[in-house]
Amino acid sequence: MLSETDLIALLTTLKLAGLTTLILLVLGTPLAWWLAHSQCRFKVIIEALIALPLILPPTVLGFYLLITLGPNGPIGGLLEALGGHAIAFTFAGLVVGSVFYSLPFVVQPLQNAFSNIGRRPLEVAATLRARPVDIFFSVILPLARPGYLTAAVLGFAHTVGEFGVVLMIGGNIPGETQVLSIAIYDHVEALEYGQAHVLSGGLLLLSFILLLSIYTLNRRSRVMPL
Amino acid sequence: MSIEAHFQLECEQFKLDVTFSVPARGITALFGPSGCGKTTLLRAIAGLEKNVRGHFRIGENTWQDETTFLPTHQRPLGYIFQEASLFAHLSVQQNLHYGFKRIPAEQQRIPFEQAVNLLGLEPLLARSPARLSGGERQRVAIARALLTSPQLLLMDEPLAALDYQRKQEVLPFFERLHTELEIPILYVSHAPDEVARLADHLVLLDNGQVQASGPITEMLTRSDLPLAHDHEAAAIIDATVASIDDDYHLAKLAFPGGHFFIPDQGLNVGTKVRLRILARDISLTLQQQTDTSILNIVPVTVAAVSERNPAQLLVQLDANGVPLLSRITHKSADKLSLAPGKKVFAQVKAVSLLA
Repeated sequence: MLSETDLIALLTTLKLAGLTTLILLVLGTPLAWWLAHSQCRFKVIIEALIALPLILPPTVLGFYLLITLGPNGPIGGLLEALGGHAIAFTFAGLVVGSVFYSLPFVVQPLQNAFSNIGRRPLEVAATLRARPVDIFFSVILPLARPGYLTAAVLGFAHTVGEFGVVLMIGGNIPGETQVLSIAIYDHVEALEYGQAHVLSGGLLLLSFILLLSIYTLNRRSRVMPL
Repeated sequence: MSIEAHFQLECEQFKLDVTFSVPARGITALFGPSGCGKTTLLRAIAGLEKNVRGHFRIGENTWQDETTFLPTHQRPLGYIFQEASLFAHLSVQQNLHYGFKRIPAEQQRIPFEQAVNLLGLEPLLARSPARLSGGERQRVAIARALLTSPQLLLMDEPLAALDYQRKQEVLPFFERLHTELEIPILYVSHAPDEVARLADHLVLLDNGQVQASGPITEMLTRSDLPLAHDHEAAAIIDATVASIDDDYHLAKLAFPGGHFFIPDQGLNVGTKVRLRILARDISLTLQQQTDTSILNIVPVTVAAVSERNPAQLLVQLDANGVPLLSRITHKSADKLSLAPGKKVFAQVKAVSLLA
């Protein structure tokens, strides 16, 4: 039912979304922790910056990323100077773009989870002889599990649905940067409505199932509104 | 062995400057009105307040001074918070094991079973904290803290969040801690009845400072402290059940100053009990009355007389070393010509059994 290019687009999409989610969960944890507990007065600025992708047109984000990551941009230029390649129009560039694009969808649920836990369980654990790293794995992580689940699913699903950013910095290279949303666009352009239906219907179903599962799971563990 | 503490902390609205030294045994109550810094002090002892300067020593061990600051997880303490704060993701059993398995086996002085039995937790082990009553939760929290075999237990109003019924359910367990384990306890409270019932020692706090500290029996009866001037001012007496009179169903309770009779409540001979006698329940006579319905009369010496208000006086009495308080009128005092050193008889109208 799926053509080979569609299949490759699907794999690229899953790889991109999986990798992006993984990176975001690792980077998002300390960031969300800091946001949940810091009294710093510049915190609001960071919060606003992180939330930007929620409202910014993805093409705007993509445009700036293109400039930054391209061979003449500060980061792309640096990479070239170091003997590497600028990462615009590569899979790596797409991952960087997606990390920015999906950042709030991961950081905000984690931040909420950490705020809800509060400081008390950490203090209790410390009085029970647990070291800070131990506390993270034995108390914070299990208590924040619904938050992590929400963050992972939203980060993944949102990255799957990425279009504007990909178009700007990824282009449309099959096997490298061609993702499902672009493939759908291509099919529609080519008036291949049948294949567009298969991919669109598939994405619709996938997104619905993902959301349904977090709502069900989080309802069962009775924590974390989105 | 003693506990030496000195802490200083300055916040915008609040200044804590506290120094005290108390014996490292029994229950020491940190007592004072709400907002006087009791909780902050306890958190400082636990190392949970980072901006506190000062020192803390228990026996030979220094937890904090100018050069040392042991992080909380390295201080051998147990902390009971006002709300039980059990880990919601762990069962009762797992909560109990959390601290237990984090201390080296050779330091485990309190076996798991002992803590479980002491706090009556056997039937609750498999439950989730969400399915416990407030009193049960607090008992689990106490056992969890005990299982780290702490050198010191810190309790921050552990009964404040409980209703009367639950308090009555938990209090006997505290008394068992007191009698069965030799762990010193610092107990924060603003409830005089809890303090009277549990404490051996008292540190009186007000506005971030120590007003006075000493043994509870002395502190309650010192005329320079507000406790003795309270409407409910009372003396605390530790006594032992000497005998039971089966004919009249009375228990004879002996203390250094004599003995009291109270209605028998099924006490066993030899049991240690704590009695509370309100200042307003003691009247004084020059001769020992014989034709009176009052059963409890002890010979005492007047230690001091101080004015309470224009009509009333507070008389501090000494019953062979045990302080008592009596509140009488100026008029009566003049009639009896009371003065320090005078020998009189204290007629006690009511003796209440605290524990």
